[in-house]
Formats: sequence, C-alpha cells, structure tokens
Amino acid sequence: MSRVKIPPVLRDSVGGSRDVTASGATVAAVLDDLFAQHPSLRDRVTEEGQLSRFINVYVNDRDVRYRDGLDTPVGADDTVILLPAMAGGAG
Amino acid sequence: MTVKQVNVADAVALAGAGRRVIDVREPSEWAEGHIAGATLLPLAEVPSRIAELVPDRTTPLLLQCQSGARSARAAAALEALGYTDIVNMAGHIGEWRRLGGAWEAPRQLLTDAQARRYSRQVLIPEIGQEGQRRLLDAKVLLIGAGGLGSPAAFYLASSGVGTIGLVDDDVVDESNLQRQILHTADRVGMLKTESARLTLNALNPETRVVEHRERLSAENVERLIAGYEVVVDGTDNFDTRYILNDAAVKLRKPVVHGSIYRWDGQVTTFVPFEGPCYRCMYPMQPPPELAPACSVAGVLGVLPGIVGLLQANEVFKLLLGVGQTLAGRLLMFDAMSTSFDEVRIWRDPACPACGEGAALLTEPAAASA
Repeated sequence: MSRVKIPPVLRDSVGGSRDVTASGATVAAVLDDLFAQHPSLRDRVTEEGQLSRFINVYVNDRDVRYRDGLDTPVGADDTVILLPAMAGGAG
Repeated sequence: MTVKQVNVADAVALAGAGRRVIDVREPSEWAEGHIAGATLLPLAEVPSRIAELVPDRTTPLLLQCQSGARSARAAAALEALGYTDIVNMAGHIGEWRRLGGAWEAPRQLLTDAQARRYSRQVLIPEIGQEGQRRLLDAKVLLIGAGGLGSPAAFYLASSGVGTIGLVDDDVVDESNLQRQILHTADRVGMLKTESARLTLNALNPETRVVEHRERLSAENVERLIAGYEVVVDGTDNFDTRYILNDAAVKLRKPVVHGSIYRWDGQVTTFVPFEGPCYRCMYPMQPPPELAPACSVAGVLGVLPGIVGLLQANEVFKLLLGVGQTLAGRLLMFDAMSTSFDEVRIWRDPACPACGEGAALLTEPAAASA
C-alpha cells in the first residue's frame, strides 16, 4: 500500500483525511484504487481518463510528467502527492 | 636571512614597480584606510592563509603594518615557510601617505546610525557592511499588502531593504486584521498601501515605501515591476499570478511565490531561465471550485505569517547572492501537523512563457492560460 497525500481542496472527497492509502504498481493503478475507495475524487482529478492538466502528481518528490506519466512505477514505500495550484494570498 | 628591510620611500617605489603588498594589520585598522592594491592578511592568520593567497613562494612580496614591527614578524614567518623574496617596510604607514604613496581611503558604506541599527546582521559573515549596503540599495516589490505581504514587508523594512513598493488597491477591512498585521483597527477603511506605509515608516523611518494604489493587470504589470529587483507574489487569484509570471519572465525578474489555504501553504522562487516559472509548474489554471480564495475558504492567521516570512527569507538570499533559494523546489507547509514537504519542479521545454520558442517573450503578456 502506498501513501497518497490529499490536498486541502480535495479532502472533502476522502472524508477529510490528509492522506490515505491505495495499492497499485503504477500511478494509474494507485489512482484507480483511490477512485474505487473515493468515487467522487475521479471527476475532480481526471478529464476523459487523463490526469487533469491543473493537478500535478508526484511520486515522492518527482513530477510524473517528467517520468512516465500514469505509467510511472509506484513502490509500496512511495508517497503519491496530488497537488493542484493554490490561489490564496493577500485576501 | 633573506628578508630585506627598506624605508618607506623605497617601499613606495617597490610597490609602484609591481611588488605585491601584504598588509598584516587587523581588519579594523584596514577599514580606516590602506595602501591601494594591498592584500589584507592579519599577522595571526599568516601561517594558515598565505598559501591560499600567494601560492607561488617566489612571488616578490612587500610586507607592511602600522610601524614595521608586526610586518617584521610576519616576514620571518614567511621566510620559515619558504618564501624567498620578502621585503619589509620598516617605517610608519603615515609616512607612506605623506610621501604620496597610492592610498585607498575607507569607503563609508554605512552611516554610524545604520551601523548601529543593523549591527546584528552586519555581524553575520555572509552579510557584513557590504551586504547591508546591498540591502539598503535594494528595491523589492510586493504584490499585495495583505496576509503574505504583511510579514514580508515588516522584516524587509526592519532589515533595511531600502525601497519597498506595494501594489494594492484595497482598503483595510475588519476581517483583514486577523492576519494582515501591517494594518490596525483604527485604520479600517484606509487604503492598505497607506496603512502599510505608516506602519513600515514607524518601524523604520529610513525605508522608502512606494505606494502603487492600483490592481496588477496586464496593462500595468511591466511598468510596475520594471524598477524593482525582486517581486514578492502575495496575490489572491490566478489571473494575477499568470499576468505577473509572464511579465517577470519577459523582464527577467525573480518572483518569490507564496500561496495559502486554511492550514496549508506553498512557497517557491521563480528565477527566469535559471529555474522553472509558474507556467512550467501549472500550465493550466484550475477551475474556481478547486481553488477558492481565502475570503471563501478561510485561512489560519499564523499561516500567511509563516509563509510570508519564508518568502522574505528568499528575498534576502536573492538580494545578497548567498545560499540556496527555492528555485526548482516547491516547499509545502502543513500547519496542522507542523511539517514541511518538498517536491522538485522543472523547467518545461514546452512552457509558453519560458520554454523553447516561447511566444510570450515577444508578445504582450497574456491574461491567463
């Protein structure tokens, strides 16, 4: 099982958790397991089966866009981070 | 005995003929003026540092101090270390000046008041008087005089950053006071830039606070950032972040980015063409429901304090040219667990702002992706 860190704006889709666990040998498989556990997350993270372009996915500290995208391997001890842009500042 | 003793007149002639001058006095004496072109090497440091400063032991050397006594001891030490061509100036340094020898007067980098005010950071080796002078001459622009801009501006001003520009067209609202610590309860309704100027000048009357009472837009962004060295991005919306990014890439201004949401914050530094830009990291703007502003989502008061100070820390390193900035790294702070995470961010060769063949470089900054 890999750890998946959930950004603040998506936490309501996973019952408020800051991180959850999911299993799979690639980013795609981990996300599929994650969506099976938390169905409302799917539409917020993907567009037509692809990762949304406004959400970055990291395996540990590496952006999967610069590795193998959804095919990037994920080990059991790895952490997957979902990271959409954050707007807030001056307010 | 290979050390040759000369009087001051001969020393002036030898130095004029190209002999390398080593001043073995203390830094405090050196700071009050020294022979032009001399190298400072205090007597106590001669054995440990001479090889680094003068690797070739056949180099013709002229040693001097205040009266010729310390330099005679330094000369003996160098002789023992194998240096072969040593001349000691056996005379008073005042004589050198009287004879019109080349002299470098002390540069008054700081006034006495500045030396006192900033003494604790002038003591830091990476800053010193020269670094403090850099800060006093520096111009930093803060986009937003709110949650992130408040702590950043406070410390930039207290530390002596000479010019602080503030871009904001809002007025102080009661709900700002929970985190926007530049502002005070009696200033509700006042322009934020004006309130900020009052606070910053009360803290440091020497700080030049420039009020830009306008909202950053594609039309004014280049004019606003052109006169500044570093930009601190504390805006609250994506349109402004993309507008700022594209102009900063075009004008090659580093941008220190901060963003906050409830208990979470992100910080990074964008140095155009040396590291990624905002568009490399987030090519597309998220839909509003994925990126609500603080006014909708809420934010812990201390969070912009922490993130804004991390931004200020980046500014100091950029201005002083020391340390490692967050260029190429996104630092994430989670206040709930008090933990930091970091991911690497990369320049995107296809980036529309800074990638190969980026159209934005030659066109006016576009509003957003």
